Amino acid sequence: MIEFKHVFKKYPNNVLAAEDFNVKIKQGEFIYVIGPSGAGKSTFIKMMYREERPTSGEVTVNDYELQKMKNSEVPYLRRELGIVFQDFKLLSKLTVFENVAYALQVIEKEPDFIETRVNYVLDLVGLKHKAASFPNELSGGEQQRISIARAIANKPEIVIADEPTGNLDPDTASGIMEILERINSEGTTIVMATHNSQIVDEYTHRVLEIDGGKIVRDQPEGGFFQDED
Amino acid sequence: MKISTFKRHMIESLKSLKRNGWMSIAAFSAVTVTLLLVGILLSILMNVNKVASDIENDVQVRVLINRGTTKKQEQKLKENLEDLNYVGKIKFSSKAQELKNVIGSYGKEFKLFGGDDNPLNDVFVVSAKKPEQTVKIAKAAQKMKYVYDAKYGGASAKKLFSIVDNIQKWGIGISLLLLFVAVFLISNTIRITILSRKNEIAIMRLVGATNGFIRWPFILEGAWTGLFGAIIPIVVVNFGYMWLYKVISASLASTGYHLLSPGVFLVQIDSLLIFIGIVIGAIGSGVSMRRFLRI
Repeated sequence: MIEFKHVFKKYPNNVLAAEDFNVKIKQGEFIYVIGPSGAGKSTFIKMMYREERPTSGEVTVNDYELQKMKNSEVPYLRRELGIVFQDFKLLSKLTVFENVAYALQVIEKEPDFIETRVNYVLDLVGLKHKAASFPNELSGGEQQRISIARAIANKPEIVIADEPTGNLDPDTASGIMEILERINSEGTTIVMATHNSQIVDEYTHRVLEIDGGKIVRDQPEGGFFQDED
Repeated sequence: MKISTFKRHMIESLKSLKRNGWMSIAAFSAVTVTLLLVGILLSILMNVNKVASDIENDVQVRVLINRGTTKKQEQKLKENLEDLNYVGKIKFSSKAQELKNVIGSYGKEFKLFGGDDNPLNDVFVVSAKKPEQTVKIAKAAQKMKYVYDAKYGGASAKKLFSIVDNIQKWGIGISLLLLFVAVFLISNTIRITILSRKNEIAIMRLVGATNGFIRWPFILEGAWTGLFGAIIPIVVVNFGYMWLYKVISASLASTGYHLLSPGVFLVQIDSLLIFIGIVIGAIGSGVSMRRFLRI
């Protein structure tokens, strides 16, 4: 469960990236966060994993009250989340297997468990055969699938994806969506920031539109563009 | 920390050394250069201390006995000297023996003064238990009966003590300064290697690694760097010292002073260099990554 209550975020350069955000995302939901560049989507997403702190208001993720959270507790919040980025953020010097395993090593899982689980999630994203490759030997779509595998390795309740299909061609993007849909069908909450109208229209879910730091639309089963009626 | 996690950190730190190639070599070089300086300086210092303390301990009081003193009286004087509680050994040297020493040092011309012409005195050579007590012994001896004079090298001994004291103080100062420079140099080099891995650290934080978990492999990597960086200085210091020991010992032989013999001394220096290398490597690494771990 994610909840924003009267959340404001003002950057030091006086840009207001969030103006009175009130949003509640229930467990198991799939929600798109859309809006033009610079609208405040990334700020909204980053506040969920405490990369940014609100200037005022309350952000609750699972049972963590993020505005009260100590820096030393942040790693424990992040272990309950899976985070996927537009630029994949894979460790270039580690193999595919090691990249995924890293997320389990940080929570001190036993090596046997890590082995089994990493193979399972790599299989899930269809890249078990690339386990020994390095990220720069893979295509963009494959790297994003690895980054999703890493995000779900720890069975998080929430997956936060910031433009996960941003750098990918339409076919590859659909492949990524299929994986996210599958993860969501197993009860994982998915929050996905995107610019991709085709995807939002094709895989319909709740749509949250942000513009100029304000939430301008929160529509269940909405399309990319607001219906004119 | 679980054993499997520690094992992972160890493996990871070694892999990371390999992955960072030239950066690791740069860090090794910094450690090598500084440890080489530290090693050479330490060897010099410890030997200066050794020779200085040899000289210091060598200071004796020469108690000149009045001419015409009987054997019995001499014995009495010896007992009186022994009663001074800071007196160590007392050695008797007859005036004939004293003249022999003079002839040995200054030449055969002094043979003229042999037999009854010998102007010298019988002497008790008194060594103090502690060097700084030499002066006290000399003063006490001067007041005793049958004593013509008591000499301890006076001003020159005092001067020597102050020089030794200065050498030790300066030596310690320079060593500390050098170690400080070493930590600075190493932490800067490691900072550059960490800077190039800023992105890596950011990703680790995003997947929920605690600061401790991120820090450990880096600290271990620093420790390895220190350990491997100590190899060349150890080899150079060991071979260099063994060679110098042979050369210098030969010329010191006549003075009765000795350098520290290589066996135990080199084991100490080697362990110290390894220890310093590991500690400054780990500290340097830990210090330089602090700023990347602020969330």
